[in-house]
Amino acid sequence: MHTNINRLRIVKIEKIVEETPTVRTFAFKDVASSNAGAGQFLMVWIPQAEELPMSVMIWHEKFYAAVTVRKKGYGSTSLYNKRVGESLGVRGPYGNSFEIPKNARKVMLVGGGTGLVPLLRLAIHLNSTRIDTTLIIGAKTHSEVFFEKLAVKCLEDTNHQVVVTTEDGSYGIKGQTTEAMLKLIGTERFDTIYTCGPEGMMKKILDLASASLIPVQASLERYMKCGIGICASCCIGDKLVCKDGTVFDSETLSSLSEFGLEYRDKSGRKCKYL
Amino acid sequence: MFAEDALELRREQSAERNTLSVNFGGMCLRNPTILASGFLGISMDLFRRLYKLNAGAIVSKSISCSPIEGYRNPTIVSLDYSSYLNAVGLANPGADAFSEEIRENDNLPIMVSLVGSSEKEFPILVKKFDRLNIIGYEINLSCPHVAKMGIEVGDDPELVYRIVKATRLHTTKPIFVKVGVGNTDVLSVASVAKDAGADGITAINTLRAMAIDIDTGIPVLANKIGGLSGKPIKPLAIRCVYEITKKVGIPVMACGGIFDWEDAVEAMLAGASAVQLGSVLATEGLSSFHAICTGIQAYLKRKNAKNVMEIIGLAHKY
Repeated sequence: MHTNINRLRIVKIEKIVEETPTVRTFAFKDVASSNAGAGQFLMVWIPQAEELPMSVMIWHEKFYAAVTVRKKGYGSTSLYNKRVGESLGVRGPYGNSFEIPKNARKVMLVGGGTGLVPLLRLAIHLNSTRIDTTLIIGAKTHSEVFFEKLAVKCLEDTNHQVVVTTEDGSYGIKGQTTEAMLKLIGTERFDTIYTCGPEGMMKKILDLASASLIPVQASLERYMKCGIGICASCCIGDKLVCKDGTVFDSETLSSLSEFGLEYRDKSGRKCKYL
Repeated sequence: MFAEDALELRREQSAERNTLSVNFGGMCLRNPTILASGFLGISMDLFRRLYKLNAGAIVSKSISCSPIEGYRNPTIVSLDYSSYLNAVGLANPGADAFSEEIRENDNLPIMVSLVGSSEKEFPILVKKFDRLNIIGYEINLSCPHVAKMGIEVGDDPELVYRIVKATRLHTTKPIFVKVGVGNTDVLSVASVAKDAGADGITAINTLRAMAIDIDTGIPVLANKIGGLSGKPIKPLAIRCVYEITKKVGIPVMACGGIFDWEDAVEAMLAGASAVQLGSVLATEGLSSFHAICTGIQAYLKRKNAKNVMEIIGLAHKY
């Protein structure tokens, strides 16, 4: 049956996974979401509370998908507090997806926090096409590291390594993802770098990768009202993250002077990232 | 490309400009397709992109004296592929930030949409924009989901008169008044706006409407009630355009459910000097401006019309 992805679909939360003390994954059955591309997002309605753009998380059961949320503001906390059996509304998936170049043999994925969500969906494709994959997971501290085991499982059929960095050195390599990335691109040759996470981090990754002539694809996260290309809340330069993205390549990212520096708040004013 | 081909192409392009160019209410536009207020209208970079994609003019989001964050999400509900319900709550960056945004404008045909609740605010707004390179103003007196700033104002003919008059005293640029279908007859509002010195009318705004999710029983919009846009409101827009242009005799920009060139032609036959595009951009994307222009162009050729203005109001004789 053809689904009009713009129509709100009510789904029931069937499983909840505690990823960290502040991050939970909510699984639900929805065919359209289960078929989402890596980088696509859903507009998730939390009844009587909010509607949030969320990257579509993988789930191991057929026809299922999930969303992973960190409790932060009112909307994300409302979602975080949902229980099994409660309803959410979803529309989408919207936006474009990461692309795997035909001749790619070895790629790197760099993600921080919930930014790992689209990268795991990508990892499944890389796994099935047997592309050599290095994944760098970044976190502030050990208790904030999640998806490490799941990532290893997603990549089990292909040559892979999963590197974890923590800023305080409590787990894995001490430092930032970009430091680990710099070390790796100095010794090995990567065809593409995929990233999703804080924009400041992605900007640094773009700069470092460009200096080494490695193409980058980044999935951007912005505040959205509509998700369908009309409100402009998510605009960056002359691009709309919801329609033209969420994934942008090096060339486009380099042309967007706001990338990593500025975003629009709910009123549409430009604000600086801290 | 050979020089002759290039010349031929330039000739064709300039022919297109001549056929589609419109002149009304003190504005001269290269074509009659205009970005409706409320859609994408906050970023200069996006305006440049829309202009490259053939928009004849651009109306900004409605700008108020101070920034407005708008309502909490959901602010937009997609009802199907051709109609939408929104209660954004007039979110906008405010006059200071927006005048800064468009300060560098040199050649884009931008109209600034203004919103406020009393006649005192509009002269303040006009002062922020009047020295910038803009082609005119649209006064939004018909937002259906914000108290004291929208259709409540538009429903009060005396207040409409005072607002338009106050704005008129502070600018010589074209002023269009965006009307909605509220409790007061749209013809009397248009007529009052004309008497107060408005150069034109934009008809119509969205209509008060709502949607309830049947699984949870909860109204979907955070504001519960919003404005309906898209295909379902087109016949109403056509009626308003027809009546206002025929009975009040003032230039009108048609707004409401214009999705293709046929809709655009219908609106112009009803009397519209131009058409505004909104909901179609969510359904068909930003290429709609070009697609509609191309369709109008072909229609004019079939009808042996030299310029699109020849078809404006042709239905009035029936």
